Amino acid sequence: MGKKVTFEILRYDPDKDKSAFYQKYEVEIRRPGMLILEALNQIKWELDHTLTFRRSCREGVCGSDGLNVNGVNMLACMTKIEDISTSKIVLQPLPGMPVMRDLVVDVEDFFEKFITVKPYLIRSTPTGDKEIYQSEEDRKKLDGLYECILCGCCSSSCPSYWTDKQYLGPNAFLRAWRYISDTRDEGTDERLKILNDKHGVWRCHTIYNCVKACPKELNPTKAIVEIRKMLLDKQF
Amino acid sequence: MSIKIENHKYDVLVVGAGGAGLNAAQVASQHVKTAVISEVYPTRSHTISAQGGIAAALGNLEPDNWHWHMFDTVKGSDYLCDQDSAEYMCRMAPEMIIALEHLGLPFNRTAEGKIAQRPFGGHTAEYGKRPVKRACYVADRTGHAMLQTLYEKSVAQGTEFYSEFYALELIKNGDAVVGVLALDLQNGGLHMFHAKAVIFATGGNCRIYETNSNAHINTGDGLALAMRAGFSWCDAESFQFHPTGVYTAGNLITEGVRGEGGILLNGKGERFMEKYAPTIKDLAPRDIVSRSMQKEILDGNGAGPDKDHILLKIDHIGKEAILEKLPGIHELSLVFAGVDCIKDPIPVVPTAHYQNGGIPTNYLGQVVTMKGGKEVDVPGFFAAGECAANSVHGANRLGTNSLLDLVVFGRTTGEQAAQYAKENGFTELPENAGSEGVALLNKFANGTGKNTFGPLYTKLTKTMQKNVGVFRTEELMTTARKDLIELESLIEDYTVADKSSVYNLDLVEALELNNMILVARAATEGALARKESRGGHYRDDYPDRDDKNFLKHTDITSNGKDIKVDYRAVRLKPLTVESFEPKARVY
Repeated sequence: MGKKVTFEILRYDPDKDKSAFYQKYEVEIRRPGMLILEALNQIKWELDHTLTFRRSCREGVCGSDGLNVNGVNMLACMTKIEDISTSKIVLQPLPGMPVMRDLVVDVEDFFEKFITVKPYLIRSTPTGDKEIYQSEEDRKKLDGLYECILCGCCSSSCPSYWTDKQYLGPNAFLRAWRYISDTRDEGTDERLKILNDKHGVWRCHTIYNCVKACPKELNPTKAIVEIRKMLLDKQF
Repeated sequence: MSIKIENHKYDVLVVGAGGAGLNAAQVASQHVKTAVISEVYPTRSHTISAQGGIAAALGNLEPDNWHWHMFDTVKGSDYLCDQDSAEYMCRMAPEMIIALEHLGLPFNRTAEGKIAQRPFGGHTAEYGKRPVKRACYVADRTGHAMLQTLYEKSVAQGTEFYSEFYALELIKNGDAVVGVLALDLQNGGLHMFHAKAVIFATGGNCRIYETNSNAHINTGDGLALAMRAGFSWCDAESFQFHPTGVYTAGNLITEGVRGEGGILLNGKGERFMEKYAPTIKDLAPRDIVSRSMQKEILDGNGAGPDKDHILLKIDHIGKEAILEKLPGIHELSLVFAGVDCIKDPIPVVPTAHYQNGGIPTNYLGQVVTMKGGKEVDVPGFFAAGECAANSVHGANRLGTNSLLDLVVFGRTTGEQAAQYAKENGFTELPENAGSEGVALLNKFANGTGKNTFGPLYTKLTKTMQKNVGVFRTEELMTTARKDLIELESLIEDYTVADKSSVYNLDLVEALELNNMILVARAATEGALARKESRGGHYRDDYPDRDDKNFLKHTDITSNGKDIKVDYRAVRLKPLTVESFEPKARVY
């Protein structure tokens, strides 16, 4: 038998609970480097079949299992239990998004905001029948931008996103900047109109929570600042 | 559980939102009213995990052409692929890559600004003479970039999405497919999707193995639904064991590591692939590399204290190249193997990665069924991607041909289904439409038996791993059959403890397990019946390929109780070029 670690998980089932409550589970550590997702599976398969959560790729690329661990957003499948030094591990659903049940939040609004910034190549110049050429250097400008996995850890860590329900949030801005930075794209003006709004990039208070929360070590705040700079440059 | 069913009507319904489903949907949406239902949000489909690249004979860095690509695909399949489909896919590949690039896919670039390409296993120049740079890539996140790009395009195109909807039953009326019954996971509601054409793009099933590279959702649901509706599973025994899964966890380490110069070493530090594939060595096709690795381990040449794995060395290409071209691998190795691959080799073992067969289709993705010894089209039913067997992979898929398969046959089925929907009206739903799906759902939701998911799932994956793996024998597989028959009865005595209507994962896992048992059973029966070795299907008791008796597709059906093994001719004739005749497969 491996040593045990205490998990406290925020539970809520709208079918039967009036309000949310914490439930304790003792999880056995079965291998060095065991991940939080393995703990969740252990609870679900052996201790309590009713616990519910999202998961899919279990390797940090599909963005399903973002959740809040001891107050910080991260991915369950990429976080080692041994890297969390507290005596107990508290799991909550991602904050700032409506809780559907247990660790599952409603992400409809999150995806809609992502789509609002027109996250696709906009181009009026004909493309022809060959690839649109792009230098290695120009392609490198997309590194650190396209790798977003849409897990929601950034937006749900942002106080502006919590308080302003119309705020597009760091995720949408990062994606907007990914397309604005793409030398093949011609949709900058269209996108800037959407971003130049009190619920757009100006709502960011540069708190940097999004940067800390991003499990892929991306920097949405930098994207926001770059968009602001571009808006100001265009104005003056 | 409520039995109220909400009704929807679409010209085209796509089931599954991976690369194939989304490409089909964005194409069909340009012509007709199209919806996608998916167990997960589209960007969470398993295509997201594809790493190394997508094949196309663009010739951006050295001479290449689609004839060589087609030859490699046919030879790679150990001659079990359908050559009309292989020609169609390889010929269309360059055009597809350009189309993806025009959608915004951020491919890596050459010094000239063209799409960059790298070598991959089994892809060669001049019909097998030397490795060729054919894999177009986005670092080691090609699938990630592709899936998100296709999602963005399909949303822009007006595709309607029903995310977190789980398909329960494929509905037929007579011979025609007319819709799908699905469960809304977010509130437990039932939905009937009545459609003129249905495209299955439901992905794979390698979760039936203990060591696998697959997402939790890859449980073969589409195959099980198709089989319950009376359709067959072509080449059910044909699985791909990818050589480089992270030791114990099974997560994939892309073949692109070897494409960029990585090599495999045994416990003695020997580059053993020089023995098994003298011409292309570590870049031999996956079935051959996996078998060679397993053989080294069985011969006592494995690495580590238990001599039970192989080492993948990449540090010699340098930190900069690793971080630029293989950044995701660097991260995965750290988390899942505790190894920094800039300094140390990654411990790897073969991992169940891909099902090569699927629901049989013609080269345009139209599902076919056997009638009077002939292939006939199934009205209103199409399939693309990993769940389909058009068949371009036969007994072994080449790396980077899967992403190509997804986009090519995704697009083609999208076009075909839209065309079909324009030319045909709705076929009525049958009177009892959905009753089987509802009965299945209720059986699990209300079950009061003694079994639950965990122990049964473990039993399933352990028997498949041990008995229907890289090396197979009659004796081992008979054990698997016995275990699976036992599982078929154990799941009849089952409880779903979770009674909630909201996001009931316990219930979904029960339904998935039920599907996985059927899928595993079919795979095992197919493997028992194929008494030869071909591609990824290797039998110690029948070590040679037997073209006289087995150059044919396995065609498996289920009547709900028994599995029936039948066969179907391989389409050896390509569309416009000469056939590649079966030859001994050496690299």
